[in-house]
Amino acid sequence: MQSLISLFQAAVVFGTVIMFGCIGEIITEKAGNLNLGVPGIMYLGGIASLASVFIYEGSTKDPSPVVCVLLALVSSFAASALGGLVYAFLTITLKANQNVTGLTLTIFGSGVANFFGGSLNTLAGRFEQVAVPVTSAAFRKTSMLSGIPVIGKLFFSYGFMVYLAIIIAVLTHFFMNHTRRGLNLRTVGENPAAADAAGINVNRNKYLAICIGAGISGFGGAYYVMDYIKGTWANDGSIENLGWLAVALVIFTTWKSKNAIWGAYLFGILFWMFLYIPGLTRSSQELFKMLPYAVTVIVLIITSLKNSRDKQPPAALGLPYFREER
Amino acid sequence: MSTEIKTEKAPFVRVVKQEGMPFSKRVVVRICFVLIALVVCGFLINAITSYDPVSVYTIMFEGAFGNARRTWATVREMMMLALIAIGLAPAFKMKFWNIGAEGQILIGGIISAGCMIYLSACPAHVLLPLMFVLSAAGGAAWALLPAIFKARFNTNETLFTLMMNYVAIQLTSFFVAHWENPKGSNTVGIINSANQAGWFPEVFGQKYFINVALTLVFAIFMFIYLRYTKHGFEISVVGNSENTARYAGMNVSRIMIRTMLLSGAICGIAGFMAVSGASHTISTSTAGGRGFTAIIVAWLAKFDSATMLLISLLIAFLNSGATEIASKCKLNDYASDMIIGIILFFILASEFFINYRLVFRKKEKGGV
Repeated sequence: MQSLISLFQAAVVFGTVIMFGCIGEIITEKAGNLNLGVPGIMYLGGIASLASVFIYEGSTKDPSPVVCVLLALVSSFAASALGGLVYAFLTITLKANQNVTGLTLTIFGSGVANFFGGSLNTLAGRFEQVAVPVTSAAFRKTSMLSGIPVIGKLFFSYGFMVYLAIIIAVLTHFFMNHTRRGLNLRTVGENPAAADAAGINVNRNKYLAICIGAGISGFGGAYYVMDYIKGTWANDGSIENLGWLAVALVIFTTWKSKNAIWGAYLFGILFWMFLYIPGLTRSSQELFKMLPYAVTVIVLIITSLKNSRDKQPPAALGLPYFREER
Repeated sequence: MSTEIKTEKAPFVRVVKQEGMPFSKRVVVRICFVLIALVVCGFLINAITSYDPVSVYTIMFEGAFGNARRTWATVREMMMLALIAIGLAPAFKMKFWNIGAEGQILIGGIISAGCMIYLSACPAHVLLPLMFVLSAAGGAAWALLPAIFKARFNTNETLFTLMMNYVAIQLTSFFVAHWENPKGSNTVGIINSANQAGWFPEVFGQKYFINVALTLVFAIFMFIYLRYTKHGFEISVVGNSENTARYAGMNVSRIMIRTMLLSGAICGIAGFMAVSGASHTISTSTAGGRGFTAIIVAWLAKFDSATMLLISLLIAFLNSGATEIASKCKLNDYASDMIIGIILFFILASEFFINYRLVFRKKEKGGV
């Protein structure tokens, strides 16, 4: 029982990182742009939140937790949206290939983040370990409800970002399916020429979706840095792995953000399961960690086999739109 | 009340497609953009490290080509990247998004390392060809799976190959834990450091001669294959329009599977080269993101062998150069990824000015 609870907790924390990444990417892909820069964007979000708070905490004696949290979130959103803007400018205005631009953004984002993550203390002229204890504590603060036995542990023992992710998932679902703007956005992703003819501004929709989507993906990076690894920095490439898992999760959810809520936690369970299976050696543990990826491949195959209409990617996903080329 | 009719003005600037820009002009546009990117990077490094932009590049050049050892390291890196890009070229020309080079390289690497460990008693003229063939087969097998599903069920290959990377990475971790030496280090260590079995031998006194030769052979092969063979023609037809290919009576599934086998095999060989010809060990970072960088190299080079070699050289230079700067300033060497990212952004942007031109609104003459 105890180990089941801790598996669930680990899965929720893990799932929240990729849920943010996934929702951002769903919004982007609904506008018809396959952004393979998600890992890079999550890196940018993570490092921006860490760097801004690191400077703030170092400059004041008594940093206020509220300011810390706000600063971390705003800077992470801004940095990732900026990354999204570069991608949007190159793919929409300059009509560069989406996959190649996305991969470049991943290289760039991981370079920026790991460079500043590893050099932050040297650059700031402070030679201690990079750490932001006040902010991290504020991110990890739990409500009083976590004291309730079992239920408190299962549902209330997390920082606020876990609930924020769920809220954003629900809001995105509502926006996509129950508002006029959401419908417009989906039209842009399905058939940009028809959207254009109907008077929808294709480029503006794409720009907005990509930048906002990137900002949300970036929260995943911020959550990873502040909560998952407790306000430090590690140059071990794990944000990149998580970013790709977020891309995989988009397929798993069949482009529906409400599915991301349970899908993300399921990925978390699959990822951490090896710790709870007795009798594994260190090498066979590694084989178990394949599970989330293997499951995604299977889902990918099944969705392509079934060919049901509501489980398909947006029809114009990955294709450029140029009005004069019809 | 005014009865003025509102006429919308023509947009201030509009984009028009253009084709057939002369080759020399294209080269000039590209070089200009690379130069602008280098200047931007120079100032960026200047802002971080306070070296002036000129000495930044002097140091970078020093780091990449300062002495024979450094030059060879840069060349080795260039050849590695170029070989992967050459492997990816046919797949991408076919518009088959093989994001899975990373995994195909690792599988080739695992097989090579396995051969080195278990067959170290074999003589070199048996062992090396065997490793070559087996790692090619491994890489091809890793690429085959997504290709079959793409060909049969139109399963999205971008995401399938991407996931195969992570399966391969976990497989590598498994073998690293299995072969670890010494126990508890969680690394394989240098394999066969005593008898150097399975290492590329020195030729003409050069450690990396075979790396260069192997890559150049494949570069020439790919150039001919894509330009002057029936296979190459079929690839470009499928890449331009699958329906056209079908209409012309081509067996698209077969072309797809065949091309991916070739692409995967060359990536597998790149893994063999990484293990046998460079690091002499295997780890999850054996591919080290090169599988992704090589995609961009192949795409930007428009699958032309010579251009792929050139772009690889540029990236290898930036890599070694930025590492040198970072070590001089006690900063970490991820700076190179940042700089490479910026330069690639600029090269991507330059494509726009080759394929499109901007038309500005003309001043309207006379009144209505």
